[in-house]
Amino acid sequence: MAKPPTWSRRGRPPARAAGLLGATVVGAGLLTACGTEGGMKINVYYAPEDNFQTVVDNCNEDANGRYEIVYNKLPRDADGQREQMVRRLAAGDDTMDVLGLDVTWVPEFAEAGWVEEWTGANKAEAERDVLPGPLETATWNGKLYAAPKNTNVQLLWYDERITPEPPRTWDQMMQMSRDLQERGEPHEILFTGAQYEGLVVVYNSIVESAGGRILSEDGQSVVMDEGAVRALEILKEVTTSGLTDPSLTNMEEDQVRLAMQEGRGAFELNWPFVYASYASEKADDLEHFKWAPYPGVGSNGDGRTTIGGYDLAVSSASQHKPEAFEAALCLRSAEHQKFSALNDGVPPTIESVYTDPRPLDPSKPADPENNPSMATEYPMKDTILEALKNAAVRPLTPAYQNLSTVMSKVLSPPSDIDPQGTAEQLREQLTDALDSKGVIP
Amino acid sequence: MSHAVTEAPAKPVPAKGKPALSEGKRAERRLGLLLCAPAAIVMLAVTGYPIAYSIWLSLQRYDLRFPDERQFVGFENYVAVLSNSYWWTAFGTTMFITVVSVAIELVLGMALALIMHRTLVGRGLVRTVTLIPYGIVTVVAAFSWFYAWTPETGYLANALAGESAPLTEQWPSLWIIILAEVWKTTPFMALLLMAGLALVPDDLLKAASMDGANAWQRFTKVMVPVMKPAILVALLFRTLDAFRVFDNIFVLTNGANDTASVSMQTYNNLIKGLNLGIGSAMAVLIFITVALIAFIFIKVFGTAAPGSDQGGKR
Repeated sequence: MAKPPTWSRRGRPPARAAGLLGATVVGAGLLTACGTEGGMKINVYYAPEDNFQTVVDNCNEDANGRYEIVYNKLPRDADGQREQMVRRLAAGDDTMDVLGLDVTWVPEFAEAGWVEEWTGANKAEAERDVLPGPLETATWNGKLYAAPKNTNVQLLWYDERITPEPPRTWDQMMQMSRDLQERGEPHEILFTGAQYEGLVVVYNSIVESAGGRILSEDGQSVVMDEGAVRALEILKEVTTSGLTDPSLTNMEEDQVRLAMQEGRGAFELNWPFVYASYASEKADDLEHFKWAPYPGVGSNGDGRTTIGGYDLAVSSASQHKPEAFEAALCLRSAEHQKFSALNDGVPPTIESVYTDPRPLDPSKPADPENNPSMATEYPMKDTILEALKNAAVRPLTPAYQNLSTVMSKVLSPPSDIDPQGTAEQLREQLTDALDSKGVIP
Repeated sequence: MSHAVTEAPAKPVPAKGKPALSEGKRAERRLGLLLCAPAAIVMLAVTGYPIAYSIWLSLQRYDLRFPDERQFVGFENYVAVLSNSYWWTAFGTTMFITVVSVAIELVLGMALALIMHRTLVGRGLVRTVTLIPYGIVTVVAAFSWFYAWTPETGYLANALAGESAPLTEQWPSLWIIILAEVWKTTPFMALLLMAGLALVPDDLLKAASMDGANAWQRFTKVMVPVMKPAILVALLFRTLDAFRVFDNIFVLTNGANDTASVSMQTYNNLIKGLNLGIGSAMAVLIFITVALIAFIFIKVFGTAAPGSDQGGKR
């Protein structure tokens, strides 16, 4: 109710206030903010990422006062992020400009007409040198709707003291686990078995590794072919033979990581973030903590692992689209992807970043502690790159959210799977979900 | 207080076969209607319109992700929902939570009401303390239950659950949800019942006592019959509320392991699934169920419902 101060804050601040403002300015971002007082704001809505503000500040410097990027942190959990954006986009909110989309949301947002197509020079820039898997996640109906910002792949992690040679296939892995169990050594196969997206990721990886498909190429119909049934058999076998953790159905990424660090498992299927955790929490054993490609199925060669990560899209309701495209491109440029990869552990989508030998500060020599390079932070980068080139994209469909909810529900608990019956159930319920006729549990 | 509560659901008695009204009476009635009009119009705008709009949406295939495929489909959405096992699981879960929690609340609420009613010293303090849980925001309370039952961090989990994680299994989760509901809303029940207790004349109790009725007989033969209207109102309010349970479940389990209520499922389909058709159909079904519950309460137990003549006080 205090009117005068409110007025002075809204209007031009008096000299004293301006002085105070100047005194509290610390970062480059705020400096630019002062320069563009009342200027164009580009609102970026993206998941929390510790050092992303630095990237934003850098891009603001590049913009040179033409616009100011504002980083609005979305909730930490994916559902919360999606819900906030979807609600506002459906209501035509024009204050959102750049959107950080999980790789599974692009078709949904594109089909609903909430995000702009990328064309011309912007498109060329967003596609340049990008790995095919991540690029596929940003594409819908042959058009590009987002610029891949970062990616992620799961690898097989193992302790070389327990198994000097990692298994190549699920069958080998189960056999090795059984042998270890008989010898009374740590033998568990650890993966995300809780009823949530993580279980869908595991299932999708096995399906793709078995050469199968869940949906047709265009995402219009349910296929659930032999490979998909074979994947159900594998999930069933691994969860009913005492090779998994007792609390499997309660395990998300972090519980899986912890179980491995506590020495309960022989094999862990998880994202590369586990390496950094291992390095900081079990540094003494780090040299024995090894990685290998995701296990394959039968004679289909290496496994194909499901891609994660984020893509940046431009909202259709944005009032400043050209600037939004420019800002999005800056936020995911090769240089900034390297910065984020080294500081926040999110693997880049641009191939050349992986082979970039220069450390964070190129003027000084690389040093794992203070001046990391891709080689020091990502010793597994070649395996990641290899996996990315042969990666499995989750089914591309606007109804992915329904699909995923139904799938995690039907697959839970994995030990209750009856391959033929469950496949039939999935066929039915996924078809309903695709037509948005079905009820989401 | 007691009047406001006991007369809340009273409906205007429909006038049957009334004699013709005089000129003055008619003018008075017109004025009355005019004075009511603004309130009635506001009510219509804020409740009637959304309800009608949901019904309209529920008859369409309308998914925000496929805006082009919007079309009128009649009762197809209702068929889809009512023939779906997830819906009936959620319906059963909701019914179970409703019945059990309201039953427990009634017993505890009655005990609390008697205590509050009979307290001689520190009456204000006792009543305030009793009402505290009702004053705490449900989500905040739910989070404290959530952490209390989380292994490692929670004192209840450490003390009672041992190695297991109760919130990851269906039955333990359901009981914890009921516990949270009961803890939260028993004071509300007690408040309504206390209002009913105020209706019981002391003379009646003294007379019964003179006639040799013991405490239990006084309670069952005198208090409960006199309080019946208040008890029914309390039950009705709580049942309607409990059937729409959402926040406790949302925080405690987020619907995992078949613990979702119908409201949660509606939310999942509407907000997460963006399926306005199916979601609205569910919302309408909840509305119908709630209306049915109210109808049953008033018609089946109706003889003693407050406002209806003979039975109650007045």
